[in-house]
Amino acid sequence: MPDQAARSAVRDAFARHRLSWLDALPWLAAALVYVLLPHYLALATQVMIMIAFALALDLALGYGGIATLGHAAFFGIGAYAAGLYALKISGEPISGLLVAAVAAGLAGIASGALILRTRGLTLVTLTLAIATMLHEFANSWKSLTGGADGLYGFRIAPVLGRFPFDLFGRTGFLYAAAVLACLFFLSKALVNSPFGLTMRGIRDNPVRMRMLGVPVKRRLITLYAISAAVAGIAGGLSAQVTKLVGLDSLAFSLSGNVLVMLILGGTGSLYGAFLGATAFVVLSDRAAAVSPFHWLFALGILLILAVRYAPQGLAGLLADAARGLMKRMRRA
Amino acid sequence: MLKLTATVLALLVDGISYGMILFLMSVGLTITLGVMRIANLAHCGFAMVGGYIGYALATQAGLGLGLSLPLAAAATMLLGLALERTLFRWVYAVSELKQILMTIGLAFVMIASVNALFGSNMNTVPVPALLAGTLTLGFLSLSTYRFFIVLVSTAIAVCLWLVLEHTDYGARLRAAVDNPRMARCIGIDVPRLFAGTFALGCGLAAVAGVLGSQFLPLEPWYALEYLVPVLLVVAVGGLGSMKGSFYAALLLGVIDTFGRYYIPAAGAFVIYLVVLAALLWRPQGVFARA
Amino acid sequence: MSEVLALDGISKSFGALRVARDVSLVLQTGARHALIGPNGAGKTTLVNLISGLLKPSSGRIRLAGSDITTASPERRVALGLARTFQISSLFPQLTVAENVGLALAGRHRHDGRMLGFLRRNADIVDGAATLLARMGLLGLAALPVSDLPYGQRRLVEIALVLALEPKLLLLDEPAAGLASSDRALVVDLLLRLPEDLTILIIEHDMSVVFRLARRITVLVEGAILTEGDPQAIRGDARVRDVYLGARTHG
Repeated sequence: MPDQAARSAVRDAFARHRLSWLDALPWLAAALVYVLLPHYLALATQVMIMIAFALALDLALGYGGIATLGHAAFFGIGAYAAGLYALKISGEPISGLLVAAVAAGLAGIASGALILRTRGLTLVTLTLAIATMLHEFANSWKSLTGGADGLYGFRIAPVLGRFPFDLFGRTGFLYAAAVLACLFFLSKALVNSPFGLTMRGIRDNPVRMRMLGVPVKRRLITLYAISAAVAGIAGGLSAQVTKLVGLDSLAFSLSGNVLVMLILGGTGSLYGAFLGATAFVVLSDRAAAVSPFHWLFALGILLILAVRYAPQGLAGLLADAARGLMKRMRRA
Repeated sequence: MLKLTATVLALLVDGISYGMILFLMSVGLTITLGVMRIANLAHCGFAMVGGYIGYALATQAGLGLGLSLPLAAAATMLLGLALERTLFRWVYAVSELKQILMTIGLAFVMIASVNALFGSNMNTVPVPALLAGTLTLGFLSLSTYRFFIVLVSTAIAVCLWLVLEHTDYGARLRAAVDNPRMARCIGIDVPRLFAGTFALGCGLAAVAGVLGSQFLPLEPWYALEYLVPVLLVVAVGGLGSMKGSFYAALLLGVIDTFGRYYIPAAGAFVIYLVVLAALLWRPQGVFARA
Repeated sequence: MSEVLALDGISKSFGALRVARDVSLVLQTGARHALIGPNGAGKTTLVNLISGLLKPSSGRIRLAGSDITTASPERRVALGLARTFQISSLFPQLTVAENVGLALAGRHRHDGRMLGFLRRNADIVDGAATLLARMGLLGLAALPVSDLPYGQRRLVEIALVLALEPKLLLLDEPAAGLASSDRALVVDLLLRLPEDLTILIIEHDMSVVFRLARRITVLVEGAILTEGDPQAIRGDARVRDVYLGARTHG
């Protein structure tokens, strides 16, 4: 039997991704926004939807090493599924999100089984091809998706039967925050499970994983499906809160944007999703109001500088700053 | 029967000329990815910049295509060299994700700059009178300009092949594609090779931008718009394979043109289905060396 | 005593290049068998064939009685095979404990478990603690493998394969690239391995071979030159010639 000291040394080494007091910060920020910035609730809701989407991508890319330029496919499938569910079956929101998750998850399993035997540029190109096909498909099948006009005019019932969606976006904000909280804590649990370690192992050295007896392709498909389902929930959330679903939810630009958000924030830590999505959405909203192309120029410069001076992304910068602060506090 | 042949041949010329433009745009990226192992998502931006320079020279300076094309290519090559020495040096050693981020940033800067200078309308480099109109060969009626593109691109492709197979530079390039570390060990000046190759790729992209503007019109989002077809060509052709990207570009260009003509509703679909099938069949690239 | 590994006429060709020619080998439980030969003889290829990363062109392979000729690497690991690589194959961004933890998760079939925290998984935590303590690696538990010097990485890889509790252990040049002190440590470790564990070791370092091996197979250009106990091999003139080069005529 190993002694207590050995066991706790090992447990500490396994606990790098555990919850800490820092995890309360985003929710604190959300509470402050709700109270102090009531006119910005719609923007804040948009931020939270993108955080959820970036979280989904981090699971696949940061933890599983699956490179994709087509993740909007799952966001879009979730959005259209939730929209169609609200239009044709029921406006109940939570079941709508479940429908979105299942639809996107199934798509994740199907496409994952098909393409996850490849890696690198080939994999990226295949994700791109599939996402673009889906976009064309939605564009053509007007009777189902509304084509370029999209889906609209569906009503969303009150959340849990008690909280109706209001004009000021209060319910939308709280609903999105609650969903994001669930997704975050579930993702945290996944990352801290044996499966989470397996995925990081596959990302680091797939050949070694095979020589440990792990069915690598099966695990990759599972992770991809989970990531797709979370992206689908983000899409469903977007559909329910804005009551609109358009072709832009399947666009290449959305896939590109969420990738930029995540790399900017930092992959493989879940926090990167929070920082990157917040920075990107807030900046683009404020700056685009002034001039869309000037915003693009500034963003471009920001990205170039970020790569040079923030190798671990914004999350890395913050972690370094926090560590530096703690060192100074310890010395004092 | 004659009409069908005429249509098919016209489509073929359209498809081949489109494919050739795709090839000129893609060959630089496949070499950059294959030699320098850099995920350069700003590559089509150089095609765009080159196209706009050609456009400015042709419309504002009144230069003919004969001058504006080589000048645009040269200017773009200089730009490429300058950026390679500075920005790209930063990212040689970092992860692919970081390279993607930086090059997307560069593409954004290019898009915004081009919009500031030229506005967001579509622009094309005017076709010189000599090349306008149609060529009539018996029952065939082909666009002279497209025919010209096919000729020029083939000439360039042949030159590239000759350089690659029969010169010192080509041999060094092939060695670096096969095994960059070993190439360095046997004394190949890798930084110089990278710089030169990168510039060449940018120059070829610029030619594509100028010549292709008639059917791939210049507008600010060009840089990201055509990234998708170019990535498809590079993946199907095989990383680092010039010959591969030539065949892949021709194949995709022809299939896309025929697809869009004969199945208007699902035309765009066809190309993606083909790419899906091709890459699942041979993930390393359909035309890559085994 | 039973047959753990049996190679029956294994051949492998890449086009016209024949890298393995009709190789036959039998290992009983507890064998300490070394595979030696000049560079390019095909030793690592043979290990790749046994571990399943390559499939043979002809011949059959049996592991603990089951025919594994066409089995996947995962299946062979499940049947009790484990191997190390010439260049230590670990998970660079993960800590030493996480590396060993992955092997344990694979061993206990917990690698797909999504419910329950890793740090609360008794099998994995206890297994890792015991193994790391036994190998003196506890102090390194929280360090990422990429921070470790080469010698320690080798030890971590050995801990990794031991965590699998294999029946057959394939070691591909375990002493390669190590300083003499590290090499002594590794040899010591290998000598203390359980008696019922069957080991096939590829090595160039003859001192390591003669300390560990009870039987030696000499491979030259993909084919077996000879097989015998260390004394016989040491005295065999053909083996000497193969290593030192045949004497030139005249």
